[in-house]
Amino acid sequence: MNTFSLALAESLAMVGRLDPKLVEIVALSLQVSLASIALSALVALPLGAAVAVASFPGRRAIVVVLNALLGLPAVVVGLAIYLLLSRAGPLGSLGILFTPSAMVAAQAILVFPLLAALTRQVVADGYEETREQLTSLGASTWTSAIALLVDARYTLVTIVLAGFGRAISEVGAVMIVGGNIDGVTRVMTTAIALETSKGDLPLALGLGLVLLAIVLALNVAASLVKESVQRRHG
Amino acid sequence: MPPLLPLVLDEVSFVAGRRTILDRVSLTLTAGTRTVLLGPNGAGKSVLLRLMHGLIPPTTGAVRWNDENASSLRRRQAMVFQRPVLFRRSALANLRFALAVAGVPRVEREYRARNALARVGLSPIADQPALRLSGGEQQRLALARAWMLAPDVLFLDEPTANLDPGSTAEIERIVQAIHDGGTKIVLVTHNLGQAKRLADEIVFLSGGRLRERSEAARFFRQPTTAEALAYLEGELPWRMPSDVSP
Repeated sequence: MNTFSLALAESLAMVGRLDPKLVEIVALSLQVSLASIALSALVALPLGAAVAVASFPGRRAIVVVLNALLGLPAVVVGLAIYLLLSRAGPLGSLGILFTPSAMVAAQAILVFPLLAALTRQVVADGYEETREQLTSLGASTWTSAIALLVDARYTLVTIVLAGFGRAISEVGAVMIVGGNIDGVTRVMTTAIALETSKGDLPLALGLGLVLLAIVLALNVAASLVKESVQRRHG
Repeated sequence: MPPLLPLVLDEVSFVAGRRTILDRVSLTLTAGTRTVLLGPNGAGKSVLLRLMHGLIPPTTGAVRWNDENASSLRRRQAMVFQRPVLFRRSALANLRFALAVAGVPRVEREYRARNALARVGLSPIADQPALRLSGGEQQRLALARAWMLAPDVLFLDEPTANLDPGSTAEIERIVQAIHDGGTKIVLVTHNLGQAKRLADEIVFLSGGRLRERSEAARFFRQPTTAEALAYLEGELPWRMPSDVSP
């Protein structure tokens, strides 16, 4: 048997027996990414909706910037957070560099433009169709924004799942701000990078399989949500 | 609270880009009557309705209500659109939302929403998703939403344009019932039969100008302007007599 099939067999065995090292890394990955997406969504969704509905000076500029930030390179985000959090940096006193908190911050910032820009788009489309009715009812800007978020709730689930997928599969930013410290800040992506370079292919491959399964499951979930909504709500 | 009506339009014009959609329209709408805005496509009827309802501001001229208090102004009028605008929730929840926006206390909402559904015959579908209802049911739901806040004025923009005759009759019955409750009706329609059935007075527009305004029976019997006559004869005023084959 060649190296690949050996490694594959060993990695499947690791996943099968829930190897503690593997489980620990997967668990930290899920914790960090869930925290970051929750944090990010909490701000990005209302902000996206507000930008879609409210009219204020500088609104167009915000839309342009949000859309441009969709292509934000993860490594650059990592570097920026690193500089902010490093001992000499403006937020150095927090002392969270090379902790999971720093990784949460990095991923939250990384997915923020994705969540905000897509939410804005969805809510703006909804507003286009309902603006006159909402005005006629006497709905305020905030009431309109919230109503349209509720209206788009199933699409928002898809958007948040997409953001989670991006967060959990990202490697550059968490590597820089987390430092890939064994047992502390080692997540799936950084572990895969490290183990591959060390030659521990079974662990790398096992983590790769788990990561793949998570991302695939997210996409399946997203399309299931969409389908069931179309069936039920038209 | 002072009465909302009359509504006075004073030399109102609306210009979009370079196109003049409404050209110095002056008009006073009084309480009680059912006013139907009639005219060919592009006459500016829908724009006029939106100006009255305050959805768009006039380019020049003034729209004045008798009650000038801005906050009660919104609450005292309602509008139903050609395509009903409903939200992705149940029929009942759509009504509850409108009641919440209008500041109705939470404890009253359920009762009032159910009551409004019953009045338009939609009680059986209260819990169905609004966007899954038929076109006629959606429009009845939109009417229920407008009706339950007992507006002084109800604006309707071609509410039956996309509906079959059965649904149209149902909508007309509801509009009549709303009027019987003391609400002023201002209706835009393309349907001459509907205009005859519902109108007390006709406001006839073409080319963005107010051409004629008269009591309905007289308008249909003997219109006084050439435009109105042409519209009534063919409903196609842009077609010259020479185009029509004998």
